[in-house]
Amino acid sequence: MLTLDGVTLAQGDFRLTADLRIPPGLTAVIGPSGGGKSTLLAAVAGFLTPRAGRIRWDGDDITVRQPGDRPVTMLFQDNNLFPHLTIAQNVGLALAPRLRLTVAQQEQVAVALAAVGLEGMGDRKPRALSGGQQGRAALARALLADRPVVLLDEAFAALGPSLRHEMLTLVRDRLVGQGRTVIVVTHDPQDARDFADQVVLVADGVAHPPRDTAVIFEDPPQALRDYLGG
Amino acid sequence: MLSPNPPVVLEEDMKTTIFRLCLASVGAITCAASAQAQTPVLNVLTYDSFTSEWGPGPAIEKAFEAECSCDLVFTGAGDGAALLARLQLEGPRTDADVVLGLDTNLTAAASDTGLFTPHGVTAELTLPVDWSDDTFLPFDWGYLAFVADKDTAAVHSFKELADSDLKIVIEDPRSSTPGLGLLMWVHALYGDDASRIWADLADNIVTVTPGWTEAYNLFLAGEADAVLSYTTSPAYHLIAEDDDSKTSWAFDDGNYLQVEVAAMVAGTDQPELARQFMAFIAEPAFQQVIPETNWMYPATQVALPAGFDTLTVPPKGLLLSSQDAADVRDELVDTWRNALSQ
Amino acid sequence: MRGLPAWLATTLVLLLTLGTLAAVALRAEVGHGLSAGDWAAIRFTLGQAAVSALVSVALAVPVARALARRRFRGRGVLVMLLGAPFILPVIVAVLGLLAVFGRGGLLNAGLEAAGLAPVSIYGAGGVVLAHVFFNLPLAVRLILQGWVQIPAERFQLAAQLNASVWRLLEAPMLARALPGATLVIFLICLTSFAVALTLGGGPRATTVELAIWQAVRFDFDLGRAALLSCIQFALCATAAAVAWRVTPVDGFGGGLDRVVARWDQSLWDWLWLAAVTVFLALPLAMVIWRGVPGLGDLGPGIWAAAGRSVAVAAGSTALSLLLGLALALRGGFVTSIVGVLPLAASALVMGTGLFLLLFPFANPATLALPVTLCVNAVMALPFVLRVLAPAVKDIRANYGRLAETLGLRSVDLLRIVIMPRLRRPLGFAAGLTAALSIGDLGVIALFATDAQETLPLAMYRLMGAYRMDAAAGAALLLLALALGAFWVCDRGGRMHVDA
Repeated sequence: MLTLDGVTLAQGDFRLTADLRIPPGLTAVIGPSGGGKSTLLAAVAGFLTPRAGRIRWDGDDITVRQPGDRPVTMLFQDNNLFPHLTIAQNVGLALAPRLRLTVAQQEQVAVALAAVGLEGMGDRKPRALSGGQQGRAALARALLADRPVVLLDEAFAALGPSLRHEMLTLVRDRLVGQGRTVIVVTHDPQDARDFADQVVLVADGVAHPPRDTAVIFEDPPQALRDYLGG
Repeated sequence: MLSPNPPVVLEEDMKTTIFRLCLASVGAITCAASAQAQTPVLNVLTYDSFTSEWGPGPAIEKAFEAECSCDLVFTGAGDGAALLARLQLEGPRTDADVVLGLDTNLTAAASDTGLFTPHGVTAELTLPVDWSDDTFLPFDWGYLAFVADKDTAAVHSFKELADSDLKIVIEDPRSSTPGLGLLMWVHALYGDDASRIWADLADNIVTVTPGWTEAYNLFLAGEADAVLSYTTSPAYHLIAEDDDSKTSWAFDDGNYLQVEVAAMVAGTDQPELARQFMAFIAEPAFQQVIPETNWMYPATQVALPAGFDTLTVPPKGLLLSSQDAADVRDELVDTWRNALSQ
Repeated sequence: MRGLPAWLATTLVLLLTLGTLAAVALRAEVGHGLSAGDWAAIRFTLGQAAVSALVSVALAVPVARALARRRFRGRGVLVMLLGAPFILPVIVAVLGLLAVFGRGGLLNAGLEAAGLAPVSIYGAGGVVLAHVFFNLPLAVRLILQGWVQIPAERFQLAAQLNASVWRLLEAPMLARALPGATLVIFLICLTSFAVALTLGGGPRATTVELAIWQAVRFDFDLGRAALLSCIQFALCATAAAVAWRVTPVDGFGGGLDRVVARWDQSLWDWLWLAAVTVFLALPLAMVIWRGVPGLGDLGPGIWAAAGRSVAVAAGSTALSLLLGLALALRGGFVTSIVGVLPLAASALVMGTGLFLLLFPFANPATLALPVTLCVNAVMALPFVLRVLAPAVKDIRANYGRLAETLGLRSVDLLRIVIMPRLRRPLGFAAGLTAALSIGDLGVIALFATDAQETLPLAMYRLMGAYRMDAAAGAALLLLALALGAFWVCDRGGRMHVDA
């Protein structure tokens, strides 16, 4: 269970408070642009130290831990792959940050690539892949990483609707299926409706506790109603 | 790397220790040199062009080592002025046993360092002026002169030069010894009128260079009709390049001398060898090397190579005593700068 | 990774710049303070450096603009040629310039043939001309970088809006790029000495660096030398602080071969390119022309010296890249200052200070090459840093967080992310350092005997011994080696680079 305990985040004049617990499953983070969705993820990933409050994972205080030492892995909007490394190397980084993979690990990489539909493409460089394939490769790495929390910061925003759906389906089947806590920032309420188990609304400087997707869309709070333009 | 004859007095374990040190040391060369300690080393600090492969250094080293059973090591340290600065930087800790290549503009400052001791050599010098210094021994000399192409109309005085349309390149007295010599030359001839001479010369001076090298190159590149150099410069072109198109101008009232000297360092750890080398300087074996390697006149009587007889000989050699030169230097430089900065 | 190496690099730079200055100052015995002549020298130094920098930058703008929007055969060669004057020893470049602009040069021969009065290069004009010759290429590179960094979409947008590209895009870019470029060239000209004096026409053209020479060599007045050197550093620090207030650091890394499609080309571009090519190439051609006959005169000593120069260049390149990398990874204001300090250092004070520091412990001659290696590395550092720092910043911006979430740290981060992504700028910086190191006399003259002679020193010694033909040959060899080293390194950085 990921817990944000009385957390206050500050970036310049911007303030965001969060006091919430996120259970395993797929959680969508929605809210108006500039409302602090990415700020919330940055704090969980360790790129932003809270002004106040604690962040815990299963009772462990991870508030000031280095990003690489957290139980967290993250997919960004772009630059998820190093262009000078092969796809297999990019994925292999999840297992061995020094890139000295054992035969068994290489086998794991191949399996992960197959799982996202990139079988046999391990030797290619990222630029030889389409945008969707690059997203899959990044996903394969998240799949292999032994990190219970996976953050997606509009990772598929540049993809078309059908590709994005495909990706989110993969995320749900592969990652959520393994029992991980997956947090997805999205601009599209429909994505949240279709895939999320619960929804965190970030608006007016507050990250609200997650609510069941069906419930929140049935009876949206005022902030969500403003955002949806309903 | 190791000496062919290791010192026998060393105990076995000590030798191994030293051997290890040799291997471990980055300066293994230094180590190997000290292992050769039974061959005494004479260190002579001089200017670069003296030690270069085409300079006098190699021939002199060979000749002296043949009679001293020692190792003569020349160390080059830039030009003549840099030589004195180097010596002053090193101070009494200097490794140098003999310093060779100062000129009379620098000997007063060199004396003041107190680093030198009288050489005790008596030699029959061929300088065109009297020489009585017992610390600084001349090893060669030359007349400063403007060097030009033969078909350029020669002038015979600074006044005539100033009145002409001739363009000259000179060296800066603040960074070069010939440049400083030129100030002494004008001062020796005109005294307090020097300022006016310089003002008159201003429109003849194409430019002032940091050193002889730049000036001479500019002249050869056709940037000026004449350059401040030595009466012996045409000898190089004649003998080494078979080119007789260069000459130098003798001035009616005389040309200033540059006398290059050597001196023995008081704190030397090889006083015998140093004294032997000082005496060697005046001998023909040393002196006959000078004309065709250093392109200057030898300081004692030796036969001059063919070609030197064609050189211009000024009617008179001018030289300020080193003390006078030191006393007036700052004032002359100021005068020069003010006159040329108008 | 951010701590120790950067700290060591900073220490080395400070030791070689301010440390050597302190060594000289501490050794000082007598001190006369500054004379009226020194103040005149300071004024002249500032004046010529300012004018040289402004003219170089002003001329560089149209040239960079032409290069930014024109594609033609030989463009790559021209960009490389642009780097050549910068790495030539002063005397070689001056002789090349004189062969064109001098009293007996091509220009005056042409004027004479046309029945016109000759022009004289000597004087303030000559000093500026030479400094522009040396620094125009650098200015073009610095500014061209700014053009290349404007995204192509912006030009498309401007074309669509039918808006003035100049007002909308170029003027704002130049406002950011010019102060930095002007600063670098101003600092380079600040410590100029042989150029100013040789072409200055007389003692009016006295720079602070010449006053330092006089103080050290004739007066042995180390106090005054140290004081004058302090003034150089103070001028440098002031100029650097001003420039940093005005602008962020901009780099001039690789990637200059991108031509942006433009809709506002003019005939002037070709004229500017032709003019700058003639201006830079003719003197170089004269260096080559004069050098070819002398190549046969080069003895084994010269080839040995060339070998040493290449070895020293390899070492100083490696060291300079290490220092530059350490500082670029560290970043920050202190790094920026450390990065320009070497530009303001007086070579003579640095050499003298090193001599004073080393003499008590070792024979200076045995250290001549290591010392030269270190000095060359530090002297090239400002340029290395200008190449690497922006590139490191880009890598951090694009891949920093990804690397952090993957737990890539220190050595792994360097090995897996930073070094592979830095290959192009590293290659370019290596080429620049190697070329500078091969061409620069540095401080070796104070230390070396024949056995440690480098090629520039050997060339100066040939000139000092009347051997002008051989010296011209050595100069050509030096030019070829420097450009060759640049080409090899730059090429190495570009080969097999992915996106």
